[in-house]
Amino acid sequence: MKTLLKVKSLKAKVGEKEILKGLNLEIKEGEVHVIMGPNGAGKSTLANVIFNNPQFQKTAGSVFFDGKDITNAKVDEIAKSGIFMSFQTPEEISGVSVFNFIKTAKGKIENKNINYFDFKEEMQKNAKALKMKGDLVNRELNVGFSGGEKKKNEILQMLELSPKLAILDETDSGLDVDAIKTVSKGIEMFKTEKNAVLIITHSCKILQALKVDFVHILVDGKIVYTGNASLAKEIEENGYEKFEAGKKNA
Amino acid sequence: MPKTKVKEINQNIYDFKNQDNFDFKMKKGLSEEIVREISKKKVEPEWVLDIRLKALEVYHKLDLPIWGPDLSELNMDEISTYVKPKTDKKESWEDVPEEIKDTFDKLGIPKAEHEYLAGVGAQYDSEVVYHSIKNSLLKQGVIYTDFDSAIRDYPELVKEYFTKCVPLFDHKFIALHYAVFSGGSFVYVPKGVKLEMPLQSYFRLNSPESGQFEHTLIIVDEGASLHFIEGCSAPKYNKVNLHAGCVELFVKEGASLRYSTIENWSKNMLNLNTKKAIVEKDAKMEWVSGSFGSKISMLYPMSILKGENSKTEFTGISFAGKGQNLDNGFKVVHLAPNTSSVVSSRSLSKSGGVATYRSLVSILPEATNSRCSITCDGLMLDDISRSDTIPFSNVEVDDVEISHEAKVGKISEKAIFYLMSRGLSEEDAKAMIVRGFANPISKELPLEYAVEMNRLINLELEGSIG
Repeated sequence: MKTLLKVKSLKAKVGEKEILKGLNLEIKEGEVHVIMGPNGAGKSTLANVIFNNPQFQKTAGSVFFDGKDITNAKVDEIAKSGIFMSFQTPEEISGVSVFNFIKTAKGKIENKNINYFDFKEEMQKNAKALKMKGDLVNRELNVGFSGGEKKKNEILQMLELSPKLAILDETDSGLDVDAIKTVSKGIEMFKTEKNAVLIITHSCKILQALKVDFVHILVDGKIVYTGNASLAKEIEENGYEKFEAGKKNA
Repeated sequence: MPKTKVKEINQNIYDFKNQDNFDFKMKKGLSEEIVREISKKKVEPEWVLDIRLKALEVYHKLDLPIWGPDLSELNMDEISTYVKPKTDKKESWEDVPEEIKDTFDKLGIPKAEHEYLAGVGAQYDSEVVYHSIKNSLLKQGVIYTDFDSAIRDYPELVKEYFTKCVPLFDHKFIALHYAVFSGGSFVYVPKGVKLEMPLQSYFRLNSPESGQFEHTLIIVDEGASLHFIEGCSAPKYNKVNLHAGCVELFVKEGASLRYSTIENWSKNMLNLNTKKAIVEKDAKMEWVSGSFGSKISMLYPMSILKGENSKTEFTGISFAGKGQNLDNGFKVVHLAPNTSSVVSSRSLSKSGGVATYRSLVSILPEATNSRCSITCDGLMLDDISRSDTIPFSNVEVDDVEISHEAKVGKISEKAIFYLMSRGLSEEDAKAMIVRGFANPISKELPLEYAVEMNRLINLELEGSIG
């Protein structure tokens, strides 16, 4: 199977504070990876650093995607190469409808004009599957959305933009049981043999409905242990203590 | 992350120059001799000349405003106040000289007229070169003509209203306007007549080192309604051009008037324009204003809510780029009970541009149970630009509701990152945020103008030539 993402010895800081301290990660086509770890370990930083969020500075290491070096690529180029990240608290953009935003984004990523009617039909179908309110796609992007609506809107974007790799950053946090089921369903709808998902979470609920291949434990800016789906369950019962103390390597 | 630079526009589609071909160009400066000569050229009645001469006197007595942008670079000795184009007013585009017709073709005027306007006026430098109105409106008694013709053909009507809304001692530049005014449109909509399609007047200043001083007078009689659109542009020259027009609007009992402007003067223009409306009982006055061009703009449309239950709304946007100081806003006076005003203003600034929203709300003792709501938002696209809001209010009665909300901020880096993570370039991301910011205004415009406004925003942001 083809390697999609290859992160090598990645270090990054925000301001003067080093957060990622030499992180390695490889994701292949068809795989579902989960990153878990205590608060402040650098989980969300990883997604942002892969995407070159200007708030963070890469200081060492490299990121390759689909064989291409994207370590220093611009944010939009990374998106166009086929990576998607969901945001924990996506920005509110007034005066821009969800519909127009996603249609514009899809046009940029696929580098073609998007047929209005086909797109509308597909989007309505997906929005319905995610149990989004009928008028939501016509509302201003994230403006006045509830926490759950924002998260579903991120999943809707993932479905429409169909990336090769979707990084879902705490998509399940703050959601009730039903909403978590809906989001899991969205991920299932997205998942094929050709793409991959990286789920960043600190809870197992979202993992129950998904076939997880690898679970990584991120502590203090490094992946300290990698296991299979059963590891998530163990974490839920016993916490991270043994990984924080022992620093076992995968 | 490597940063993309958003380029400054150096040229746009409005910036095509015709040769300075004129029938007559007044020598530069301002004097009694010049004022008399303008009047003579126009073969005006004595009473108009009297107003001009009185205005000139007032002009000399008044000082420059002590607030707002610095106007010291304006030197009237360097401005020609009257430029007569090489044509008379025509009623068919076929008869308008090729070069001038070509100008208005490029600006899309004849096409717009054909598609969705009920009448069109086109002014080139100091005189109106084309005016027409649909026959069906003539039959209903609607008058839409150039201002010189109105003085000649409807003297009683003009005398009754001219200078009655905007008096000549209002400020220095309105006195200047009345001394040398030329061109503009006159509209009369009779009682109960409701125009379904808009009328549009377009003002083009082609001649360098000159001024445009058109006078627009609109009377919407009882129960009638009208949407009037005003467009303005000019090519860019190195020296200062001046625009000091005047708009007088009378909205009679139960009538409604919407006045929309898309102004894109060149960036050597000083735009010192005055617009005012008197709104009678149960009448409604709506202003929609997009201000993009000019080096300095001082523009504060005003509604005087004279009659009970009268209403006004102002929706405006200014976009100040490099070297621009746009000092725009709105004024409202509530003079009667149950009157209401709603103001929504947005300003954008980039590359060192200064956008100021300045407003005056006056609620006088008679205006019981009145309401005024103002929202103004400023968005700065970088660290070197400025966006200010300067609201004044004078409320002399207790029984009123007044609210004022002001927000000024820099374009959000987080928002740009979010949009870029979905495949938009930095320029596209900024443009999307800016268009969204301008959306409350563009959705008030007729579709063609909303498209036009978005295009202007893109021009300002992207530096591409259309």
